[in-house]
Amino acid sequence: MFFYVPMALFLLFLLFPFYWMVITSVRPDGELYRPWNSSNYNPFWTWKPTWDHVRYLFEETLFASWLWNTTFIALASTAISLVCGVFAGYALSRLNFPFAGSLGTGIFITYLVPQTLLFIPLAEIIRNYRLGDTPWSLILTYPTFLIPFCTWLMMGYFKAVPKELEECARIDGASRWQAMLYIVIPVAIPGILSAGIFAFTLSWNEFIYALVFLSSPEQKTVPVGVTSELIRGDVFYWGPLMAGALLGSIPVAIAYSFFVEHYVAGLTGSVKG
Amino acid sequence: MGQVVLKGINKFFDSVHAVKDVNLQIRDKEFVVFVGPSGCGKTTTLRMIAGLEAISSGDISIDGNVVNELAPMDRDIAMVFQNYALYPHMSVYDNMAFGLKMRKFEKLEIDKRVLEAADILGIGELLKRRPRQLSGGQRQRVALGRAIVRHPRVFLFDEPLSNLDAKLRVQMRVELKKLHLRLGTTAIYVTHDQVEAMTLGDRVVVMKDGVVQQVGEPLELYNQPANKFVAGFIGSPAMNFAAVTVTEANGSLIAENSGLRIKLPDETAQRLRGHIGREVLLGVRPEDLTVADSADLDHPCFDAVIEVVEQLGSEILLDMKVGESIMVASVEPTARVRVGDKLRVAMRPSRLHVFDAQTEAAI
Repeated sequence: MFFYVPMALFLLFLLFPFYWMVITSVRPDGELYRPWNSSNYNPFWTWKPTWDHVRYLFEETLFASWLWNTTFIALASTAISLVCGVFAGYALSRLNFPFAGSLGTGIFITYLVPQTLLFIPLAEIIRNYRLGDTPWSLILTYPTFLIPFCTWLMMGYFKAVPKELEECARIDGASRWQAMLYIVIPVAIPGILSAGIFAFTLSWNEFIYALVFLSSPEQKTVPVGVTSELIRGDVFYWGPLMAGALLGSIPVAIAYSFFVEHYVAGLTGSVKG
Repeated sequence: MGQVVLKGINKFFDSVHAVKDVNLQIRDKEFVVFVGPSGCGKTTTLRMIAGLEAISSGDISIDGNVVNELAPMDRDIAMVFQNYALYPHMSVYDNMAFGLKMRKFEKLEIDKRVLEAADILGIGELLKRRPRQLSGGQRQRVALGRAIVRHPRVFLFDEPLSNLDAKLRVQMRVELKKLHLRLGTTAIYVTHDQVEAMTLGDRVVVMKDGVVQQVGEPLELYNQPANKFVAGFIGSPAMNFAAVTVTEANGSLIAENSGLRIKLPDETAQRLRGHIGREVLLGVRPEDLTVADSADLDHPCFDAVIEVVEQLGSEILLDMKVGESIMVASVEPTARVRVGDKLRVAMRPSRLHVFDAQTEAAI
């Protein structure tokens, strides 16, 4: 009882926004814009669910291309960041070179620089290289916060992999590269998956860079597209907005639930021989 | 072949001098055990032989070739680690085959060697399992198997039994010994357990603070320890020590302190002629102390009060107060003794050890 009651309250609290999003996206406009004091006002339920908003999203807006853009950008920047993060994390945790410790701290500090400051110099760079309004403006700038994040996470994970595994592989006849490829990285897969999911989510949901670096509607990502094209002046198209938010959060939810086992193992870091 | 020679080996970790001028010749087919308390440099020495740790100065050679600069993979050695270091994502078979695959052996040859090793170790039915599905003893065997399949020139063992429970440890110790007899490969074994050292080693190297204290066959260390450290480290329960002053009375030598006054046997007295009037350390093992009876009249004897009686079945350990100090005696299980008893204890005269009070070297 002491366990389930707070748990239920907590769940209710957490899931309510999600519920609100779902119910709004299937509610007809007539119900959505009904004044709160009208006699048949019922904000929590609808008897006439409709697909109109979803249809609107795909037929009247560029939502499909936003989805594609977001997927492509998130996957590409995650891939770049993971590759860099895994190698950098390995080097920082395993190779003894001068200033390895302070370099690790330095990388973490770059992660702490707020994006709201960093986008100003980055905008300059994007303009100089004429990358503005292309997916590459995001694929190349997202790693500025994803690589430090992945590096830091992988560094911690590699430190938890017993050093003897690698030493044993090297006595067994593997070079450092082979020991890393065949032994350390396979053992660190849960950590790599966690870092990948985090990086993917961060870039999928990223807003400010996408808002600043992309301008034409067909280049936009889901978060920016939905908010900029479905809020016109002071008119909120609540139905399509919520439908867009719902469809936009589904890939992330799938990514989470698909990898959840590895993901949890990655966070708790269990590689007992 | 597998002859290993260490010549003037030193190791510094920053300013810490971890291994100091180690010189050692390990013969082909020999089983050499490095033993000492933790932090004595034994594992570091082993890791330098493996090539996992760089040598600060000196030469290590295997079969006459200096290997200082060779990578671990090129030294033709195999190592068994304390935590087994099994690759968790591979089956037992793949764990054992990994070293051979890396060395580009034929598939048939790999198969033959793995099955042969599995057969020797009795892990044939485990080959498809993952390490986490194995018990501690089975993991230990797989780790051994991984070393065996390579047919290396030298086996290196880094405290391989210390993660096992006491019973299994004894069993694996016997198996290791048998395995060595069967394969005849040179083995270098590191442990902090003096029983493992004594039972496994053809020769034992005792280390302390990075310095080799003594190298010798197990019984040599036991019977003729080179210094107080070796004397106290080898043997269980540990040797008793008493600081005594040597004096001369009526032509014979007397060793005495506040609670002890014994006439030294001739053989010991010979060695102590030069120490008259000085302090020395007298050492006697618990098993060389007996409850005195009429047969021991001419043996050195002293009085003691029993403080603790430990019944072990095969023997009784007596913690006795002798003057200010405590001594342990191991006596026959038939002895009738109780806490508080006053006893006359006899020493076996031929088994008396003496050490210099300052240098702690045997006299």
